[in-house]
Amino acid sequence: MVITQPKSFSDILEFLEGKKNIFITGCTLCATSCMTGGEKEILAMKERLEKEGKEVTGYAVLDPSCHKLQTRSTLKKYKQALDSTDAILCMACGDGAQTIAEVVDVPVYPANDTMFIGEVERIGHFSEACKACGQCELGWTAGICPITRCAKSLLNGPCGGSRNGKCEVNPENDCAWVLIYNKLRESNELDRLLEIKDPKDYSKAANPRRVTIGR
Amino acid sequence: MGLAQKLESGGFAVTAEMAPPKGTDFSRFRQCARGVKGMVDAVNVTDFQSAVVRASSLGASVILVEEGLEPVMQITGRDRNRIAIQGELLSAAALGIKNVLALTGDHPSVGDHPQAKGVFEMDSVNILQTAVTLMSGKDLAGNALAGTPQFFLGASVTPVYDPIELQVLKMKKKINAGAKFFQTQAVYDIELFKKFLEAARGIETKILVGVIPLKSPGMANYMNKNVPGIYVPEEIIERLRKSQDKVKEGLKIAAEFINEVVQQKLCDGVHIMAVGAEENVPELLEMCGFKKTE
Repeated sequence: MVITQPKSFSDILEFLEGKKNIFITGCTLCATSCMTGGEKEILAMKERLEKEGKEVTGYAVLDPSCHKLQTRSTLKKYKQALDSTDAILCMACGDGAQTIAEVVDVPVYPANDTMFIGEVERIGHFSEACKACGQCELGWTAGICPITRCAKSLLNGPCGGSRNGKCEVNPENDCAWVLIYNKLRESNELDRLLEIKDPKDYSKAANPRRVTIGR
Repeated sequence: MGLAQKLESGGFAVTAEMAPPKGTDFSRFRQCARGVKGMVDAVNVTDFQSAVVRASSLGASVILVEEGLEPVMQITGRDRNRIAIQGELLSAAALGIKNVLALTGDHPSVGDHPQAKGVFEMDSVNILQTAVTLMSGKDLAGNALAGTPQFFLGASVTPVYDPIELQVLKMKKKINAGAKFFQTQAVYDIELFKKFLEAARGIETKILVGVIPLKSPGMANYMNKNVPGIYVPEEIIERLRKSQDKVKEGLKIAAEFINEVVQQKLCDGVHIMAVGAEENVPELLEMCGFKKTE
C-alpha cells in the first residue's frame, strides 16, 4: 500500500490562497486505509475549509484515484461542479494527484505527503517494506528486504554497526541482516550469505519507468 | 619494507590511523605523521570518518606520501557511486598510493551533515571487487584502462559482534572479493578477541587488531554507549577512574594489550586509532618496544 500522511493545514491554505471554490477528491484504497483521504476525512476537510471562508463545490472518493480511465469517467460526472471550481484539493497519494491533474484543467494541489510503500501493522501504524527497486531481492533474503529495511540498503551482509540486533542509525529498528541471518540459519540456507552480490543495476530503476504487460 | 611485504613475510605489522584536518591546515597532520615515521609500517587515512566533512582521504594520503610514509587510503561507498569510486582508485594509484582499505561507511545521519543523501551504491565487498577489476586492466564496464593500478587491499571486521558467525561470513566474502588483510574495530578484552579468532579459525588472511588508547573513563563509557562494536570492560574503566594521569593510564592499558597480543602471537599486527590524540602514538609505540628505524 502507498502510505500517506496529511500535510499541515497551513500548507494547504497556502496552496489555496486566492482560490475560492474548491473541489475535494479522495481515494477508496490506500488513502482510505491511511485515514488521509476517505469520505470521513474529506468531510472533515470540507468543514475546515468552509470555516476559512472557502466554498466547497463538491467531492469525490475516486475508486481508485490512480486509475486514469476510471478517474476521468468519474470526474466527468462532476463536470458542472468542476466548471465553477478554482482548485482541486487531492487527498490521495502523489500518484493519485498526478492522475487527476492529467485529466482535468483545474489546478490540483496535494493535501497529503506520500511517504512510502509499506504495510499496515495495525490501524494507524505503518512501516516501510518495499523500495520498488525494480529487481526484487526477496528470493534469497528469507523474505526480508535489505534494500528497504537496511538503512544503507546493503546487499552483501551487515555493516559492523549493529548492536544487539538493532540498527546503528535508529536503535528502534531491527538490523535487517541479523533478521535475514536468523531466518536463513533456521532454514539451513546460510550459504546464500556467502554469495557476492554485484552492485545493483540502477539502470533498471531509471525513472520515470513504464511497464506494459501483453494480453 | 612496505606493509604488504611485512605482512606477507610473516612479520608483525604496526599501523596507525590519522584523520585529515577539517580545513586546509595540514601542519598538525604532517607533524603527527613525522612523529610516527619509522615506527609504523603504514598510516591509515580515514575517509570522512563518522560522516563528517574534512579534507579528503586521497588528498591526505598524498601528503603522507610526500612525507615519506606509506598510506592506507580508506575509501567508503557512502559518498560515491561506482564512477567516483573507480576514479578515486585510479587517481590514488597514479599518486603512489598502494594500500586501500574498503569500507561501507557510517550513515550520514551520524555525521555533521545529517541532511546529506547517502549513496551506498557499493558496499565494502563491491569496492574490493572494483579494485580487483581495475587491477585486471579493465573498469567495471569492461573498458580497457590506459595503465593498470596495483593495490594491496584491506577491509575491516568487528570482532565484538553478535552473532559473530555473521561477521565471519562477511569476512570470508571480503576475502573472496579481494581483501588481503583486515584491521579490526578496537578491542579491549583479549578473551573476546580470542573468541573471535576461534570463530575465524581456518580463514587464510592477515589480521591487525584495533587499539584505541583511552583518555578518560568518560570516553570509555561514551564508546560503550555510542560506538557500535566497541566494548570496554568495567575493570578497565575502573582502572582509569582510579588513576592520576588518565591519558598515561590509557596508554599503559593499550601497551599492555599490545604486548599481550605480541607475546601470545595472536595475530599479524596492531592497528592504533588515536582518534584525535595522534601525538601520543610514538609514546605508546615506545612503551611497546617498537623503536624508530629509518
